[in-house]
Amino acid sequence: MKTNIWYRLDILTRLLTPFLLTLSLVLLNIVPLRIPGFSNVVPLLPLMAVYHWAVYRSELLPAFAVFLIGMLQDIFSGSPIGVNTLVFLLVYGVVLWQHRFLYGKSFAVIWLGFGIVSAGAFILIWALISLWNLSVLEPRAIAFQYLLTVGVFPALAWIFMRWQQFIIRQL
Amino acid sequence: MKDNPHSISRIATPIRNVAQRFAFMALLLAAVALMMLGKIDVLLMERVRANVTDAVTPILDIISQPVDSLNSLVLQARDLYAVRDENLRLKKERDLLLQWQAAARKLHAENKNLKNLLNFVTDPDASFITARVIADTGGAFANSVVINAGGRRGVRKGQAAITGDGLVGRVTDVGGRSARVLLISDLNSRIPVVIQSSQARAIMAGDNTHRPRLIHLAPGALVSQGDRIVTSGHGGAFPPGLPVGIVASVTDKGIGIEPFVDRSRIAHLRILDYGLTGIVAAPPIEGAARANRQTKIRN
Repeated sequence: MKTNIWYRLDILTRLLTPFLLTLSLVLLNIVPLRIPGFSNVVPLLPLMAVYHWAVYRSELLPAFAVFLIGMLQDIFSGSPIGVNTLVFLLVYGVVLWQHRFLYGKSFAVIWLGFGIVSAGAFILIWALISLWNLSVLEPRAIAFQYLLTVGVFPALAWIFMRWQQFIIRQL
Repeated sequence: MKDNPHSISRIATPIRNVAQRFAFMALLLAAVALMMLGKIDVLLMERVRANVTDAVTPILDIISQPVDSLNSLVLQARDLYAVRDENLRLKKERDLLLQWQAAARKLHAENKNLKNLLNFVTDPDASFITARVIADTGGAFANSVVINAGGRRGVRKGQAAITGDGLVGRVTDVGGRSARVLLISDLNSRIPVVIQSSQARAIMAGDNTHRPRLIHLAPGALVSQGDRIVTSGHGGAFPPGLPVGIVASVTDKGIGIEPFVDRSRIAHLRILDYGLTGIVAAPPIEGAARANRQTKIRN
């Protein structure tokens, strides 16, 4: 009986890791690295996590978890609360809607998908924050941030894949 | 009997799908509602932000520490490498500064005498609260940092944050043990400044790039590249004379300012405390008093 409880607890923690990983990326994203010019174009790490888990194990990162992560991203990054919340949810929704197209495809397709989806996400964030402040944001730094985000994606996706294989497995 | 589970799932699955879709829509609407709420009730959102940031401050404090020590290690190594050249440069600079010191002493004495003659009321002395930067909001959409000092150590909304180089920004959200400093480069930052050489007033507005712009410059004011920009003290929130930056470019599009403080170099900063806290009406009255005083001096 006791082992049974521990076994269940073990599985539960493993199943919680996608959410906790994404949450820690939100915090990791705001650690001051003090690399000149970097803080302006730092890649949007939580977006990659939301995309990845939506493609592979969407049941482990339900919509309300995405909502929570987006809201925390807004709170910590200082952007108007609701902007990243909405954008993360939309990314999640689009991936689920196109799930059949993405699931089980080669990594190149997944990466391309991320490139397209995150382009939409960045444009939407740009538009929403511009609208919120009633002044058009300078798009150059945002374009760099987008490129860096797409560029870093394979590295993070690799970690997530390994994580999926060794920690979550087929639970 | 055999068909039973099938028929249940045939009914249950669409219902669950509809329910999920409905929940998803509700979350989307909630996100939009949050955005609107934030526009309507700014104070509520500030409080939420401050409290949530407060809750994770210990975590941020810990994870920002190794990065900090690694950085100081790299800086130390770089310093060690450049120590000879640096020494030569500093010796030259010291000779120059000694002359300036003599000039400054003379002017200081003269200034003191003249102030006595005019019965000039000096600005209140500031005390400092030194804090460490524990989070730098990444990204091109917002420019702010979180520090590990808050209301419990006397940090109040609206105070100026500086480093040894100059002005960093202004405190916006304050929690118990953390506070958010809006950098001068942020889109929402508006700092009353003067051009030091001509004493022309202007407002420095951030636009999320590394170069804030001068707006509302008094008509006919002369600005040229290399002019020093300091805070004017208008509005009462900031003390006058804090170094801000130098004019980097003057074009048709506007006047760009290169801040003295490099965002990537901010590890610690000081919050200026004037002891004006607790009185909500203090800043405008103080500002008005100062404006009166200045007109008096001019007259």
